[in-house]
Amino acid sequence: MTTPVPRQTSDAEPVRQSKRLRQAARMAEAASVGVKTLLLKILLLGIVDAISVYALFVLFLKQDWVVFGLVLFVTAVVNWIYFSRQKLPAKYLTPGLIFLLIFQIFVVGYSGYIAFTNYGTGHNSTKEDAVNALIVGSQQRVPDSATYDLTVLDQLGAYSFLVTDPDGDISVGNAETPLHRVNDAETDAAGTGIGLPGYTTLNFNDIVNNQEAIAALSVPLSDDPNDGTLRTPDGSSAYLYLSDLVYDASADTMTNATTDVVYTADPRSGAFTAENGEELRPGWKVEVGFDNFVTAFGTEAIRGPLISVTLWTFAFAFLAVATTFALGMALALVFNNMRMRGRNVYRVIMILPYAFPAFLSALVWAGMLNPQFGFVNQVLFGGAEIPWLTNEWLAKFSILFVNLWLGFPYMFLVTTGALQSIPDELQEAATVDGAKPWQVFRLIKLPLLLVSVAPLLIASFAFNFNNFNLIYFLTNGGPRDATAGVNVGATDILISMVYKVAFVGANRDYGLASAFSIIIFILVAVISIISFRQTKALEELN
Amino acid sequence: MLVKKKKGLLAAGAVMAVASVALAGCSAGGSTGGSGDSDSASSALTVWVDADRAAVLKDAAAAFTEESGVKVKLVQKDFGKIQEELIAQVPTGKGPDISIAAHDWLGNFVTNGVVQPVELGDTAADYEPVAVTAMSYEGKTYGVPYSIENIALLRNTALAPNAPASYDEMIAAGTAAGTEFPFLVQVGPESDPFHLYPFQTSFGAPVFGTNADGSYNPEDLIVGNAGGEAFAAWLAQEGAAGHLSVNVTGDIAKEKFNAGASPFFITGPWNVPDAQKAGIDVAVDPIPSAGGAAAQPFVGVQGFVVSAKTKNALAANEFLVNYIGSEDVQTALYEVGGRAPALTSAFEAASSDPITAGFGAVAADAVPMPNIPQMGKVWQFWGVTEAAIISGEGDPAQLWQKMTGDIQAAIK
Repeated sequence: MTTPVPRQTSDAEPVRQSKRLRQAARMAEAASVGVKTLLLKILLLGIVDAISVYALFVLFLKQDWVVFGLVLFVTAVVNWIYFSRQKLPAKYLTPGLIFLLIFQIFVVGYSGYIAFTNYGTGHNSTKEDAVNALIVGSQQRVPDSATYDLTVLDQLGAYSFLVTDPDGDISVGNAETPLHRVNDAETDAAGTGIGLPGYTTLNFNDIVNNQEAIAALSVPLSDDPNDGTLRTPDGSSAYLYLSDLVYDASADTMTNATTDVVYTADPRSGAFTAENGEELRPGWKVEVGFDNFVTAFGTEAIRGPLISVTLWTFAFAFLAVATTFALGMALALVFNNMRMRGRNVYRVIMILPYAFPAFLSALVWAGMLNPQFGFVNQVLFGGAEIPWLTNEWLAKFSILFVNLWLGFPYMFLVTTGALQSIPDELQEAATVDGAKPWQVFRLIKLPLLLVSVAPLLIASFAFNFNNFNLIYFLTNGGPRDATAGVNVGATDILISMVYKVAFVGANRDYGLASAFSIIIFILVAVISIISFRQTKALEELN
Repeated sequence: MLVKKKKGLLAAGAVMAVASVALAGCSAGGSTGGSGDSDSASSALTVWVDADRAAVLKDAAAAFTEESGVKVKLVQKDFGKIQEELIAQVPTGKGPDISIAAHDWLGNFVTNGVVQPVELGDTAADYEPVAVTAMSYEGKTYGVPYSIENIALLRNTALAPNAPASYDEMIAAGTAAGTEFPFLVQVGPESDPFHLYPFQTSFGAPVFGTNADGSYNPEDLIVGNAGGEAFAAWLAQEGAAGHLSVNVTGDIAKEKFNAGASPFFITGPWNVPDAQKAGIDVAVDPIPSAGGAAAQPFVGVQGFVVSAKTKNALAANEFLVNYIGSEDVQTALYEVGGRAPALTSAFEAASSDPITAGFGAVAADAVPMPNIPQMGKVWQFWGVTEAAIISGEGDPAQLWQKMTGDIQAAIK
């Protein structure tokens, strides 16, 4: 980035000189970027553009114009930013912004959107898919009907079935023409029809290449639709099917052919619904407004335990932070004392629990706390059968205890770091002024510690508020009261309750789960904002 | 400066790549109107399969490709995640044509419209009847089964030379052996209704009634009948006697049996190799009846299902019925997984192994695990109530009826 100095200026005319000067300055500026850098820049942007063009091409074929527009816009902006000479800040910020948009804003926004839909088991796709699945699923093979040997014929692009029934009779038919007997079919040695004059016989490869059309082809057995239709699942044999459901696209209804029940598409619930309220599954995904939030607060199974679960969640999150911080800080203070020998060895041992995956530790602890065979009762309590995980209060204690074991190393680490940044002179000065060790700690070290550690405590609170792993793997929310009639136990926190309520067995209610996440987010956000306001007061200490 | 700029550019490149791919991926679910798919794309089968099964399927796929010219692409998946991924991906059009599946997922698959019926045609009779029943939902078959798995009674022949004919005989033999436990079954803090189910059926109290075709009828919840109450009383009695304990989890039961602390262990074939490794001579017997009727455990069947949105329905069917359903492939799948084959001819061949034959004999009388979605709502009340009864927390009949009422309310 050196300033270019034009060389041959002395013998040139003033007017041309200035022109040349500008020209030279431009060239020099371009050169100052460096040829290699320029090449690299072009190469990288070329790769980016190539991928974008590919994506655009795919999107164009899919006719997804919204995303197409987005990709086009982002690509254009990126090219414009990196090819322009200025916009240095934008060059640094753009990658981060794009990541932020994709991995944060989009995901959060999408979860928020899901909360207002009925997305979940039975409502996981579009109406088109639901209709398709219902029709495909309603094809029922007529019981004890014959297996027909099948040859697929082609006549000017329209497919026909040439079938030989078990009696050796050969018939032909297609979607428009019901099955009728033919006498001039070519047959193989076994008497199975393999061709018909005027038609081309498809071999397996042809069938595979056109299988979508052939699998969709249904040939009526006779003029009466109630006799059923012939379809082929594999291209070499045909079976007689009857469809239970008939879809009427103009009236938007499904009619059950056997019971004559009419199911009308209900755009509010996203399913075909009969007059008696019976719904056909699958349905499709629709927006349901605030229904999920109403369910979250209105269903007895949720409203009943909600208060006690919320209280325990707050108690757990607060106690989890308080206990781990107290132990971590106490140990940090002890190991910060210069007179202690082998401090580093102790410190490494202290940090060990932090190195295990939390869910694994929770599983191991669940085994160790087994009342009859667990290590804790067998070895430490001499075989006493203490119900660590099956008594309501002992289970709560066990949760906090295991969390203490898991969490104190983190607090130990951060307080050790913060302690070492407090100048020793402060302690010496206080001691000289006659302060007792407790006073030194309470009035000097603790406030200074909190300045740097308080934000981490708030983060830790938010983490423990949603500490799903520990609860799920240690007690699974239990113990549960079998007579309570709800699937929520004594140690369930909000997030594990949401999991149990929204995901029962294999049923998934993503809409309800998202609505709950929004509620939990609001709770955590409010607490964090208030707490951060409080810590501002601490910062004024410095 | 130079270096930083490079980094910025690299990052931008990565961002754009990720962004483009992600956006294109997201959009793939949009419309399926894209008619630009070439022939080669539409005639390749994508099959989801777990790691153990992949090697066997590779050979079957090669044979299929040679014969039909249709390429088969095997995608390895974690078995436990297939259920959710299939439900999430089929609607987007990104799912496979064929996937491996457990039969009890079918209700969920059909409810979500992600699978389509498979026509076994006349080959249906070639499979073990329980396997085809398990792979059916509302009267239609949705998959080609390949394995049958169920629990039975493992016996340590050194401690108990003879198979017990009834539960009382088993307890007597177990007590006479002088081991720590007369018999072992995994229970755990929230009980294990799956492993206790044979005892429950021996009292004549299955969870759901069945239709004429053997499928379960969700309207007919019969778990709370007189047999159910008798079973509840039996649980309380055995809990008080110490034969059943919520402290015995799966890990503990296995560890104790392998250490020779009990002659009997009610479990599945998955625990047999470790027991044999521990030097125990294992025999497999039918589960003895506690209530007088036959003790029928649940059978788990695995098989292959076809996506509702496949564009290769014919090729998929052909591959499943004629290749996965062949004796060679079924036998090969048995050899890698150790689960009894679903195809009768392969099953009979595999029965030369006494362990497989023992489990197979139990399977012949067993019932498929219900694949109706209502079953998902049964578990949450079932286990906790059993645990409470075993631990003696309240009147057994009352707790059992409370559970029946809760289940009835939940599945309505």
